[in-house]
Formats: sequence, structure tokens, C-alpha cells
Amino acid sequence: MTEYFSLFWTDYTVRTITLGTAVLGALSGMLGSFAVLRKESLLGDAISHAALPGIAIAFLITGTKDMGILLLGAIVSGLTGAFLIRKIVTRTHLKTDTALGLILSVFFGFGMLLLTYIQKIPDSNQAGLDSYLFGQAATLVEDDVKLMSLITAISFFVLILFWKEFKILLFDPEYSHTIGIHTRFIDSLITFFIVIAIVIGLQTVGVVLMSALLLAPAAAARQWTNRLIGMVFLSGIFGAFSGVIGTAISATENNIPTGPVIVLIAGIFVLFSFLFSPRGFIVKQLNYYKNRKKLKRIKTLQLMYDIASTHENIEHPHSVKILNNFQGYSKRVLSALEDEGWITLQNGNWSLTPRGFNKITTYLSTEKNDTATN
Amino acid sequence: MKNTEYAIKVDDLTVAYDYKPVLWDIDLAVPKGVLMAIVGPNGAGKSTLIKTILGIIKPIAGTVAVFGKPYKKNRKIIAYVPQKGSVDWDFPTTVFDVVLMGTYGQLGWIRRPGTRERKIAFKAMERVGMSAYRNRQISQLSGGQQQRVFLARALAQEAEIYIMDEPLQGVDATTEIAIINILKELRKAGKTVIVVHHDLQTVLEYFDWVTFLNVKKIATGPIKDIFNDENLTKTYGINYKVALNP
Repeated sequence: MTEYFSLFWTDYTVRTITLGTAVLGALSGMLGSFAVLRKESLLGDAISHAALPGIAIAFLITGTKDMGILLLGAIVSGLTGAFLIRKIVTRTHLKTDTALGLILSVFFGFGMLLLTYIQKIPDSNQAGLDSYLFGQAATLVEDDVKLMSLITAISFFVLILFWKEFKILLFDPEYSHTIGIHTRFIDSLITFFIVIAIVIGLQTVGVVLMSALLLAPAAAARQWTNRLIGMVFLSGIFGAFSGVIGTAISATENNIPTGPVIVLIAGIFVLFSFLFSPRGFIVKQLNYYKNRKKLKRIKTLQLMYDIASTHENIEHPHSVKILNNFQGYSKRVLSALEDEGWITLQNGNWSLTPRGFNKITTYLSTEKNDTATN
Repeated sequence: MKNTEYAIKVDDLTVAYDYKPVLWDIDLAVPKGVLMAIVGPNGAGKSTLIKTILGIIKPIAGTVAVFGKPYKKNRKIIAYVPQKGSVDWDFPTTVFDVVLMGTYGQLGWIRRPGTRERKIAFKAMERVGMSAYRNRQISQLSGGQQQRVFLARALAQEAEIYIMDEPLQGVDATTEIAIINILKELRKAGKTVIVVHHDLQTVLEYFDWVTFLNVKKIATGPIKDIFNDENLTKTYGINYKVALNP
């Protein structure tokens, strides 16, 4: 890591690439939240694959490898792919997954065909065009980063401007229509944004892996927050860090491709969030066992209470043996109840303490209230 | 009656998804201030009718007028309560946020909800008894609570006409009573309420106006006059006298 930091300050290329991947990660993270919430995660994958023929055609027409022009081609063919998917779903009996699979593979196949053709053209400066498959961060130059930053800034501004409209459309499209939100405009804006976010990352991460950078930060962010603004914000942060850490690793090790490393780092964010977030696996399991343990104790205490209340003196001792047929009962539960001070144990007999009596009676009455309010 | 005295007036409305019409030549006039149920069997076009009135579905033919004006000019005085199953309740937002969405329409483009809007949302939550849950993540709500949230969102629109798609579907008895009480309050305040309703047993008790629908309009009018065996049989195709009184 220290090696990377010294590189960052001294090496112009490393600094450019770092800034580029950070901006890219932030942008695709933010906009990826929308794709995830619209349940259009796979649409991102289809669009990124569908962008490939656009890049090839743009190159064939203009003969340059200028990022802006190639990306324009990518946007056009990506949008065409997205449009065709919509049409297939609404006009035929095919379902979304089939439409996505079809468009993804047909466009990608066509793109590969064009790439092969371009390689065979004598002395065209085609070298490097196939880096759009898996991306090559090393090809990022300052102008690229400037363009990416500009697009990110514009997206951010539009996001803030139409925040309310985005939110309501994502949550409830039909309702938004009835209150006068221009749903088709906002909807197109979201789709356009998703396409932009994908296309902007093609040079760095490549058509094959780009959808991961779109979805992974959003999936991770969703685990930590219950608010849309939090999700978009966190997702941007996770994306940016994936970019920076990925670049740092690939810059200090020889011959490690940047794109795949960035995607892997984003994947680690997801894994970490699934495990350790408040909605995550570990907290859930812990709560599950804690609840079960608590309920077991309470149920045992309740049984004891039922037995004890047949006597006038609730502290009257009873034999442990009478609990034997009860499901929740075990030696461990019994000693836990004693530790809490709810019962006392003596010579194979148990007796309810006043504290235990209070505990179970208040529990039973609050539980009744809880079910009544639901 | 003159045109303008109808809250909603539908003329010659025909809707089709594929080849088969879902609604055929519907004429419907809903007077201001009624509490109207739309009843009919599954696939009768009940939801389609209200979605067409709301402009969500485009009709093949026909017009919809709201207080005598085209729907588009008067849409802000209509509040819609969709079926609660129509959205993803795992969406990252809170009860208060959803209710606040009811004020978005009045705000118009770009402007953000402020103190006034927040007050309206608070009042709406109070009316449906959801104030205590205002910061609750919506995925943690029961079915009845989800329905109350949707109702509160509609109330926050401060509309003249309320259109609801099966608000009593799958809610508990407490919520059902709470919702019906609010509907009656709305009628008392002179608002017009249109409800797609499934439970024929309670139509007489809850509503004062009814529309029988089965692709075509069978009948519409005051419940006392037209909620009878003849119309029920025409709508559902079986003898409802037998079905309702075993």
C-alpha cells in the first residue's frame, strides 16, 4: 500500500487512473441503485454487452479510437438493445429473462464478429479495440477522466433536481402517473442514466464485467440503510472505493488487470455487507438464536407459573420431574432461569420467586397488548 | 342534472388489451358526494375501469370527464389508492416518506416538500392511526398497516375524489373498520369516493351507491334501488339469492 501512495504522488498515470476509476465507481454505484430497485439488474448486463457492436461500428465509420466517439456508438447500440428488450417483452409472449438473454448474446456475438473483422483490416490502427472486452484502465488519459467527471457532475445535478420524481417513480410508477408526474420522461431519464453509467465504464472495466460494477455497490449499500438517499450515497462511496482499491492493487502488482480487480473488490464489499450489516446474515442468526433462547425460557417459566398458581403460595416448591414432559424444558434452561433470579432450585425441587412471578405476569399482559395492536 | 354536477362522467368507454375487449361501451355518471362500490366477478374489468379513469390505461374509445373537465385538466383533485400488492414493500423508505409522496402532485416539478407538506402528511398519518409508525421501514408493516399507509398518502393529496382499488382486500377487522370510518368521514365532508369492492356481504352496509360491472355496465345507481337479485344474477351469472341466503 505504501508503495502505491508514493506512486500516487509521483506517477502521473497512476494518479489519472485512480481518479478515473474513483469517479467511475461513484457514478455507476449511484445509478446502479436505480437499476437494482427497478429490478432491472440484468438489463445492465444486456446493455453493456449490447454496446460492443456500437463501439466497433463507430470505429469502422470514423477510424478513430477517440473515447468520446466510441462511447457515442456504445450509447446508441446500448439504447437500441434496451429498446428492443422492452419491445420484445411488451409485444410478444416472451418473458423478460428470455428477451434479455436473446439481446445480450445476439448483440455481443455481432460485436465479436465486427471486432474480428476489424483486426483483419490491414494497417488500420485497430490495436486496443478488443480491450473493451475486459477493459484496460491503463489506457485512461486525462481527457477521459475529465469527460467522466463532467458526465458524473451532470448526472449528480440532475439526480438532485429530480430527486422527488425519481423516488416516487421507482416506488410506485402507476401512482406517480396519477398525481401528474411525467412518468415517461422520468422513466427514460433513468434508463438513459443507466446506459450512460455502463458505457462510461466500458473502457476501464469492459463489456463483460461492467454490470457487476453497476450492481455490486448497490447490493452492498442496500444492506446498510433503509432510506433511498442513504442507499444511493453509500452505493456511490462503495463504488468509488472499489475503483481506488482495485487500482491500487493492480498498480503495485505486475500484470494484474485493473477491471477484474475492481469488480472483485466490489464483490468483497457485497460479501462483507451480507455478513456483517444490520440486515446481514450474522446479525439475523444471532437474533434468531437469542429469540429462541428467550422464548424457551419464557415458555418454561410460563409452565412453572401455571403449576405454581394452583397453590395459594406461589413460592411453594415443586419437583423438577413434573417438567419432564415439557418440550422447552432442559437442565440448561432451568439453570438460566435460576441465574436470572426467577426461580430457586433445591433438592430436585424448584420454586418460583416473586421476581419470576412478576416477570411472567408482565410478559403475558404485554404480549396480549402487542398482538392486539397489530 | 347538468354535466358539472357529476364528479366523474364516463362516456362510451371501450378498453382492450389484446383482441378481446375488457370494457365495452361503458357509460357511467358518478354524482358528487356518493360513496360508491364497483362490484363484479374476477376479470369483469373493475380495476381496468378505474385505471382508465385515472389515465393509467389508454382507452380505445370514449371520454372521461372530471367535474365537467377532461381528466388531464383536473387530475390533481383525484387521489388514487392502488392495490397494496402493486408495489415492492421492500423499497428503502419509511412510512412518513410514503405518506409525504401524496403532496408531490400539488408541489409540481422540482420543488421539494417543506413544512406545510410535512404537516399535511402528519395529519394524514394521524387520521389512519399510523403516527406511531412514522419512522418505521415499510417492509416491517402488516398488510393492514400497508393499506393504511396508502390511504394516508391519498388523504395527503387533499383531493375531492378518492378512487380505491380493493382497499379492504386482505386486511384485518380493525383496519377494515378504520378504513370504512374514514370513507364515511370523506363522504360527510362532501367528497366523492369510488371503491372497487369484492365482498358482496358488506356492500349494503358500507356504501350508498353501487355500479355492477361485467365487461359491460349492468347497472349503476343508489344502492337501495338497484342492489337486488336481478342485477346480482345479471352480473355474476348465477342465482345470487341462493348464494347469499343459504
